[in-house]
Amino acid sequence: MSEVIAILENVGKLFPKAKKSAVEDVSAQIQTGLVTGLVGPDGAGKTTLIRLMAGLLAPTSGRLRIDGGDPIADAARLRENIGYMPQKFGLYEDLSVEENLTLYADLRGVIGAERETAFKRLLDFTDLVRFTNRLAGKLSGGMKQKLGLACALLGKPRILLLDEPGVGVDPISRRELWKMVKDLVAQGMAVVWSTAYLDEAELCGQVILMNEGKLIFAGVPSVMTERMNGRCFLIQSCQGSRRQLLTRALRRPEVMDGVIQGHSVRLVLRKGAAAPKLSELQAGPECVTTPVASRFEDAFIDALGGGPGGESLLAERMRSIPGPKETVIKAGNLTKKFGDFAAADQVTFSVARGEIFGLLGPNGAGKSTTFRMMCGLLAPTSGTARVMGIDLAHSASKARQRLGYMAQKFSLYSSLSVLQNLEFFSGVYGLRGAKQQTQIDEMVEVFKFGPFLDVTPDTLPLGFKQRMALACAVMHEPDILFLDEPTSGVDPVTRREFWTHINGLVEKGVTVMVTTHFMDEAEYCDRVALVYRGGIIAAGTPDDLKQSVASTNNPDPSMEDAFIELVGRNEPVNG
Amino acid sequence: MDDSKMNFSGFFRRLVALCRKETRQILRDPSSNLIAFVLPVALLFIYSYGINLDSTSVSIGLVLEDSSREARQFADSFIGSPYMKVVTSLNRAEMEQAIMETTVRGFVVIPEDFARRLQRPTDTAPLLVVTDGTEPNLASFVENYTRGAWQNWLQHRADEHGRKFTTAISLEPRYWFNPSAESRNFIIPGAITVIMTVIGALLTSLVIAREWERGTMEALLATPVTRAELLLSKIIPYYALGIVSLLICVAVAVFALHVPFRGSLWVLLMVSSLFLFSALGFGLLLSTMTRNQFNAAQGALNGAFLPALILSGFIYEIRSMPLIIQAVTYLIPARYFVNAMHTLFMAGNIWSVLLRNMFFLAIASVFFLGLTALKTRRRLE
Amino acid sequence: MYYRIKTLVIKELQTLLRDPQGRRLLIIPVFLQLALFPLASTLEVTNNTLAVLNEDGGSASFELIQRFSHAKAFKETLTLQSEDELRQTIDQQKALVVLRFPPDFSRSVAAGRPVMIQAIMDGRRSNGGQIAFGYLQQILQTYLDERDVATSRIPISKVVVRHWFNPNLEYTWFVVPSLVAIITTISTLIVTSLSVAREREHGTLDQLLVSPLTPGMIMIGKAVPALLVAMFQGTIILLGGIFIYQVPFQGSFLLLYASMICYILALVGFGLLISSICATQQQAFLGVFSFVMPAILLSGYVSPIDNMPVWLQHLTWANPLRHFILIVKSIFLKNAPAAVVLQSVWPLLLIAVATSTTANLFFRKHVV
Repeated sequence: MSEVIAILENVGKLFPKAKKSAVEDVSAQIQTGLVTGLVGPDGAGKTTLIRLMAGLLAPTSGRLRIDGGDPIADAARLRENIGYMPQKFGLYEDLSVEENLTLYADLRGVIGAERETAFKRLLDFTDLVRFTNRLAGKLSGGMKQKLGLACALLGKPRILLLDEPGVGVDPISRRELWKMVKDLVAQGMAVVWSTAYLDEAELCGQVILMNEGKLIFAGVPSVMTERMNGRCFLIQSCQGSRRQLLTRALRRPEVMDGVIQGHSVRLVLRKGAAAPKLSELQAGPECVTTPVASRFEDAFIDALGGGPGGESLLAERMRSIPGPKETVIKAGNLTKKFGDFAAADQVTFSVARGEIFGLLGPNGAGKSTTFRMMCGLLAPTSGTARVMGIDLAHSASKARQRLGYMAQKFSLYSSLSVLQNLEFFSGVYGLRGAKQQTQIDEMVEVFKFGPFLDVTPDTLPLGFKQRMALACAVMHEPDILFLDEPTSGVDPVTRREFWTHINGLVEKGVTVMVTTHFMDEAEYCDRVALVYRGGIIAAGTPDDLKQSVASTNNPDPSMEDAFIELVGRNEPVNG
Repeated sequence: MDDSKMNFSGFFRRLVALCRKETRQILRDPSSNLIAFVLPVALLFIYSYGINLDSTSVSIGLVLEDSSREARQFADSFIGSPYMKVVTSLNRAEMEQAIMETTVRGFVVIPEDFARRLQRPTDTAPLLVVTDGTEPNLASFVENYTRGAWQNWLQHRADEHGRKFTTAISLEPRYWFNPSAESRNFIIPGAITVIMTVIGALLTSLVIAREWERGTMEALLATPVTRAELLLSKIIPYYALGIVSLLICVAVAVFALHVPFRGSLWVLLMVSSLFLFSALGFGLLLSTMTRNQFNAAQGALNGAFLPALILSGFIYEIRSMPLIIQAVTYLIPARYFVNAMHTLFMAGNIWSVLLRNMFFLAIASVFFLGLTALKTRRRLE
Repeated sequence: MYYRIKTLVIKELQTLLRDPQGRRLLIIPVFLQLALFPLASTLEVTNNTLAVLNEDGGSASFELIQRFSHAKAFKETLTLQSEDELRQTIDQQKALVVLRFPPDFSRSVAAGRPVMIQAIMDGRRSNGGQIAFGYLQQILQTYLDERDVATSRIPISKVVVRHWFNPNLEYTWFVVPSLVAIITTISTLIVTSLSVAREREHGTLDQLLVSPLTPGMIMIGKAVPALLVAMFQGTIILLGGIFIYQVPFQGSFLLLYASMICYILALVGFGLLISSICATQQQAFLGVFSFVMPAILLSGYVSPIDNMPVWLQHLTWANPLRHFILIVKSIFLKNAPAAVVLQSVWPLLLIAVATSTTANLFFRKHVV
């Protein structure tokens, strides 16, 4: 039985001193018994909209009705009926699981026998029974998220607002969470799930798709996805570089969007366009084209007017890095212990010149630790980490001159302007005088920084910061690039643009080592290593990994399926 | 009827839950513990031993250019003092160098014709005192001390010659409440004020800002918590913390440092409560307005700590400050607390003094807490 | 290498100066403290009230009261009638000192009998009382001397006092040089420790560490801006002291700035040490606070080192502020020669070497 529980009528929110509305003229309905996906890239206005519904912000225009009341005027009544989980889960990290639950139970008036049954139900439901005495700060991302959900569910709200519950959570926990939410919805609750992952939209009963504060689409996601039917296909078994193939394909006007998927290339056509001939793409004689199912992401990119194109101006300007295809990065039995706990245990791998190597794994599995040891930020307890034959932790600074590093969350100097950041990072890598000026000018041209040179990066959108971080990492034309979660949180268009640059650089001979928890990003890698519980549990090409878990039930598994299956196989039997 | 009763029990339930949470957080945070329990005791000892305005062992030079019996007699009475470390020398140049190097704070010269001029009835034998003026208080001390020693010597000499010598008029100092005029007795109660300021303002300036920064405030605001509950849950635990810390300080002051306490404990608790409320109010106000731990801490440092240190009358005499600065001190709650603490510790329950100070502290508390309540929003804007 | 350090320094200065709030934070506290400290932190006694309980009524007591009430400590004089009133006056803090003249005072003076005036002081302000008492005693001495001259009795001996470097014992002359030292201390520590903590919080420290910069270069990059900021702020106080407060600068600027550099190096070591232990700006801030407070208290500024117990005096040797306050005062007021200043500079250099070596070790250990 589905009924409308929340109505948004031309809702707008303009923050004081802001030039642009955070949310503009959004109208939508939210129904019980359904998961409503609030979908959009960073800066789309999702959080503002959720806060408006929770009564934490007042709209500057339009009207909201939640459960028959105004979220602000009727706050006292509505707070009992609204469950809200903010982005950082709203947990007190220095309180234990039970203490957090008790606090929120007291605040929401869940007491006595009702509390006991509620705790039992929620702890069973979230599978946190074993951890009731653990401090919330010591929980993994997935467990924190479940606890946050449990706290939001106290008092049996009729509508549950979840702000980006999937961020920083590995695919396994994400799947469990979805299962839990589906259960709740089946009991008649209305759930609003905000997310930047477009693949999650497909799981929702209905979606509210937003971009830059504006509503793009509201309704059943399949309506959106179906628009793309017949426009998506896969080019398989091609010869030569799949990266060059993608570039050639994206040059064609009829191709709207394209990504690399293991050894294959996935293309999306413009509306009404015919597929390009394979011969024209010089894909080799054995190449075949298979139509594939459309995705919500395709529809999103279509709604924005297509992908960013396949040429990397950046790569064109970079020097080629000559040299034989030899091993340039090598980890040998790399181990890092913090006390008794082995964050990385006997990790061994090697990367050849001109390869993209990905470290893939859930949070806390050890991929960051491994990554930091490789670039010399962390000294291994035992084992070796060598880059171009040198141990970076003890190397002369000369060796580090040949590396580029892009940190998690795109750390730039937020108090320096864009130009000052560029000057600083080029200066640190010893560029000076005319050479420095040309490099900066080229970056400004390639990434179109021109209008923003005097602005500080923290006032700019995340996608822009990511471009800045990339520019700062490659200005000195490094041989090797270290990328730590390089696209987390950025929208799909910026992500494609980023990979176009990386692909272009790799074609010039740059070696790339990347960590990611985005499964579709792993598809860009030549080889990936799956890190779990401090060790590598599987390694190979993306296609190999997917193939290794293929079964009769799932003959064509996705990267995410492979991930979940492989982790499951390595889970200790007794849990 | 029934509804209001429900609200009332809900109020208490939520308040107790929030206070319990806050207390757990305080007890689990090492930096709060450090500031609330370790720093006070450490500071009390530093103040007690490090800040001593009573000169006890000043280095002073004595240049004996004259080696007569008279000169040596003076030297003997000069040297035999527990307050001085006397360095004797035969030439002035050496002492001049010492004063330049700050190894002595001053020197006394007994000129070579001292005894001779002393004998001549028409002459006055001068004793030359040179002090290091860069440390004005020590310079005065050296001067006063030398004058004292000189008086004693004259007296002694007169007795010896069988003559009656007395200064016809003398001033006899008497310090009420603090007979031996120990600076520790007024510095320690003052230091407790500074410590209470650190706990009340600096620590609480961080707490609401921290909830904003960590995103927990957002989650709290989405529950049925009211503004009053939110504020009270911050005030009560930190108030308790402040009082516990106060009692520790007073215990250390009285039992370990032997500072007299002549007032009654319940009056002390009352005065301290009023002061703590004003300090808590100031800290919470900063925290609420900035929503940023760093800025709030900066504000607490410049707005509460520094004034408590220099404008409260704790070390520096307020009455001796220029009028405009004296006017500013009236706006600083610490001023009233210092005054009340000095009275309570040394003089006892002198109500006319205490009530005046409590009145102003109460106004400050109402002002800061009221403003905080006004500035507390149930929304994110 | 020089070029890279230059790049780091420029970046650091841009960071400090770009943000208007940051710029304000560098300037405003300096002026605030320049306005407040020399005026407020004085151990002189002025503007106070003297109360007199005169049980005598003769001419000698009258003349003395006139003289006493003109002491520089007092602005007004209260006349008391009874012992009760005396008690209240002290209890309620109406006066700092009460003078009590005995009934036969003037007669005794005339007869040449020894006689005593009681000076009752508020022990809650015993320090102010002591100082005021000193003034009163000087006035009495002058009175007695003048009487001797008037009766043409020649005193057999007298004390001639010369206060070197500060003839009138002006307290601002003591405060201003100390303030130069204190301001440079606070700004150096805040600039170094917070900038490292900020980089760690924002993740930019990692980027510096994977770049070709060595830890030594990064540390120099943090030291130079702190040096510039501290010297700038120190100069403001110096000029304010010389031109606003009219404190005569006697020594050599060259010597002062040379030793300031040594001092700041010693502090940068402390700053880096604090920041290498702390993970966040918040902790670094509390760390600086916990260091600066005892450092100032035990520097000789609030009360002279000479008055501390001997073991504590030895301990203060490790406090760089103690040495620097002495240096500034010696150069500022005494025109101390280089040889004398050097005696305080070498402990600073020792501290600088010790702290920066430890900081360097911590720095490597903490991040690598």
